Amino acid sequence: MSNTHSTEEILAFLGELVSGLAHNKLLNISVVDFDVGKLTLSLPYSSDIVGNPDTGVIHGGALTTLLDNACGFAAISSVAHISSGVCPTLDLRIDYMQAATPDKAVIGSAETYRVTNNVIFVRGIAYHEGEQDTPIAHCTATFMRMKPKID
Amino acid sequence: MDFIHAAKESYANKDFDTLLELIPYSKLLGIRGVSLGNELVFVLPANPNNIGNPMLPAIHGGAIGGFMENAALLHVLTQFDLDNCPKTIDFSLDYLRAGKDVDTYAQCKVVRRGRQVINVSVTSWQTHQQEPIAEARAHLLTKG
Repeated sequence: MSNTHSTEEILAFLGELVSGLAHNKLLNISVVDFDVGKLTLSLPYSSDIVGNPDTGVIHGGALTTLLDNACGFAAISSVAHISSGVCPTLDLRIDYMQAATPDKAVIGSAETYRVTNNVIFVRGIAYHEGEQDTPIAHCTATFMRMKPKID
Repeated sequence: MDFIHAAKESYANKDFDTLLELIPYSKLLGIRGVSLGNELVFVLPANPNNIGNPMLPAIHGGAIGGFMENAALLHVLTQFDLDNCPKTIDFSLDYLRAGKDVDTYAQCKVVRRGRQVINVSVTSWQTHQQEPIAEARAHLLTKG
């Protein structure tokens, strides 16, 4: 997993890439931390993403988006030639452990645990800051590894 | 009126627009519902805010997932007279084609309604229902 860019360069690149996507702008998803094959994102609480108006708990769909992003960009960051990387999602499974607490930001953390010639396997968790041992959701995802085109 | 009573009313009237209006996340994504006889079809209208890949351009996989998860939830709320808002136990999503920047549809099928858990399958498509862009399965807990 050699990479020609420094960790700081990739963090800055991913930060712009993730926050720049229209749907991530809508949900205010941003990059918190990065290491090769590992990515941590943050989803701030907002009344706009509530799923149950009685409790104020955010919608599972917003967590799906957070984890899809965390896993997808963790996958991209695990392969070389990051700027040319696009890794389509094959599948994503989310297990909900407990409801998110209203008014708290949710952290989505993902790590690549296996890269083959064609497929990247990633797992992730969603949790509140400082409550990593009692996650809101677990997820696993697989991505196709697209080879960069050679000009 | 609280959410579950609004849901009970939607169940009685087979009207899910009121319910969609009550869920902020549904409104944020712009989700609508269409009743065709007894068939319920959910619509995610093309919206620049739902783009996740500006190059293709394609809808964000997370937005497709959120749309389908919401569809599963609303489907059971309008099909069954439930006393609690169902909780998603797990959600498994297979992406089959890139979601283009056009209107997206979703339809649900209850595979099994157990005493505590409902298994729902969701199909999402754009041009032809026979060419789905994603298939999903949700387990929803209906016990309080």
